[in-house]
Amino acid sequence: MADEKDLKDVKPPAGGNGDGGNGAGLMKEIRDINADLVTKAKEQVEGLKDPTKTQVFTSIFRHKHDNTPRNRALGVLSNVFLHLHPAKINRDAVRYSYTWGMGGITFYLFIVLTFTGVLLMFYYHPSKVQAFRDVLYLEADVPFGKLLRNMHRWAAHLMVIAVWLHMFRVFLTGSYKKPREFNWTVGVILLVLTLLLSFTGYLLPDDQLGFWAVTVGTNMARATPLLGHEGPLGAQLHMTPYNDIRFGLLGGSIVDANALLRSYIWHCIGIPIVASVFMIVHFWRVRKDGGISGPAPVMLAAEADKQRRG
Amino acid sequence: MDWHQLWEIVSTPDNVPIVALIPLLAFYIYLGVKQARANDQLIEQLETDPALAKTHHRKTWPFRPGWQKEIHVWPFLLRVEFLAAIIVTIILMVWSITLNAPLEEPSNPNVTMNPAKAPWYFLGLQEMLVYFDPWIAGVVMPTLIIVGLIIIPYIDTNPLGAGYYTIKQRKFALGTFGFGFLLLWVAMIIIGTFIRGPGWQWFWPGQTWDHSRLIYEVNRDLPDIFGITSNWGKGIFGAAVVGGYFAAGGLALTLLFRRFMAKDFRRMSILQYAMMAGFMLMMIALPLKMLLRLMFHIKYVWITPYFNI
Repeated sequence: MADEKDLKDVKPPAGGNGDGGNGAGLMKEIRDINADLVTKAKEQVEGLKDPTKTQVFTSIFRHKHDNTPRNRALGVLSNVFLHLHPAKINRDAVRYSYTWGMGGITFYLFIVLTFTGVLLMFYYHPSKVQAFRDVLYLEADVPFGKLLRNMHRWAAHLMVIAVWLHMFRVFLTGSYKKPREFNWTVGVILLVLTLLLSFTGYLLPDDQLGFWAVTVGTNMARATPLLGHEGPLGAQLHMTPYNDIRFGLLGGSIVDANALLRSYIWHCIGIPIVASVFMIVHFWRVRKDGGISGPAPVMLAAEADKQRRG
Repeated sequence: MDWHQLWEIVSTPDNVPIVALIPLLAFYIYLGVKQARANDQLIEQLETDPALAKTHHRKTWPFRPGWQKEIHVWPFLLRVEFLAAIIVTIILMVWSITLNAPLEEPSNPNVTMNPAKAPWYFLGLQEMLVYFDPWIAGVVMPTLIIVGLIIIPYIDTNPLGAGYYTIKQRKFALGTFGFGFLLLWVAMIIIGTFIRGPGWQWFWPGQTWDHSRLIYEVNRDLPDIFGITSNWGKGIFGAAVVGGYFAAGGLALTLLFRRFMAKDFRRMSILQYAMMAGFMLMMIALPLKMLLRLMFHIKYVWITPYFNI
């Protein structure tokens, strides 16, 4: 039988204790390992000279990085963050003068605000006793605390401006037209959410500026038709300062501890989550509705009433 | 001329965004108009030369045969985005290092700020409080603005001007949006920021804010001028005036629109046209009511026991 014959050829393991150990055999094994180690180390060093060939690298980046059209496309398509973009784009669409870059800048500012906002949350307690002191402490004692707060505030203002300019550009270029009608709607909701995010943040330092701005702002809710106690037909529906819509917004009949907590939660958790969901839809629809709207070839009036796509 | 007062308003940290908004808007309007003009010129040229229209690539930017119509996002778009992110970061850094976010005294319900201003982006609505009751300025108007913005794509039936800047092909749409955004929103914010002082009174730029200034103004209601005293009379009269405005305005708008925007009128359905006309008239009613107040000192047009307009 072949198997038995093969078994006879198998050598005992090095240093094995079967047939009374042989010192010379052991030394040979060690020398072999030594030689092996050197070649292996050389291989290792050779392998590291081109890190893009290592298993770790290829497991992370799933394609080559040679400057070929295929790899340029894969660089975008195989990346979860970049794959919102198409692989290729209209050659004129990258012109700054067309888009003004305001949508992208708005999103970037949202990221900046999330980052600085999370850092600010480490130093802030949304309570009447602590809130104002926390801001003083942040400005005076926390390293770069003042810079952090300034950045959060100015990025917020800049985001409002960027959103407006983005909307203005989209209107000027008629980019809300078929088939992008619904994405304009999503955009309007995002505009409202941006303003609400900014407004809820206004109260948080708990200073005179925020307090009175929010007082003025929420006082208008008293006058909500039907749902406010001073609004048209509010009294007829038994609205009082203690059960109307303003009470619901503030968690009380005056801007106080509950209002601070509510605006904190809306500002840090509620609205950012809702806005993120709408942003996902907004970006996704940009792609699904045919990518960036232009610059499109101009259309002549004579062609306007012909059959169009969509 | 009180330069100190002027500087104090302009340099208030929270007003800086509005100071920045003005040149930014001016620049981007220029950028848009410049491209619109170039496109309009091209459209005119192509309309007079049908042969060229068939072969032309229909853009003002150069294109030669052999050039690729599409380019790779990596690196051509991503480098622009990366650059934009860096520039915004630098602006933000410089701004944050040089200018401190405002922090007033701790909130105190017993000490009212005068003037107590809303955040700058809501000042347009706060300015409207001068002319309208809070339920209109603070609740109905924002709702109408949001709804009005949302329905724009559904009432704008003009197929021209999708995806490129143009003035010639979209005069009505651009005029309406420009009126709403620039005059009724941005201009009101600028008034609310730079003009309104203590007691929400009108102070010209450079005029000292006088906290004890009193203005003797007697505002009347429109029914009073006509000598109507009974509640029923006021209610019916006001309803007639407001209803009359919408009826007459609607008729005038329709006549004009049919005449000058014949194509659009034919394209629009009844619902589309009714919504456009309704929102248009409500938008125009805003400056009309302001004029009534500023020129004739009229407070309310329509008075009922439940609401006043």
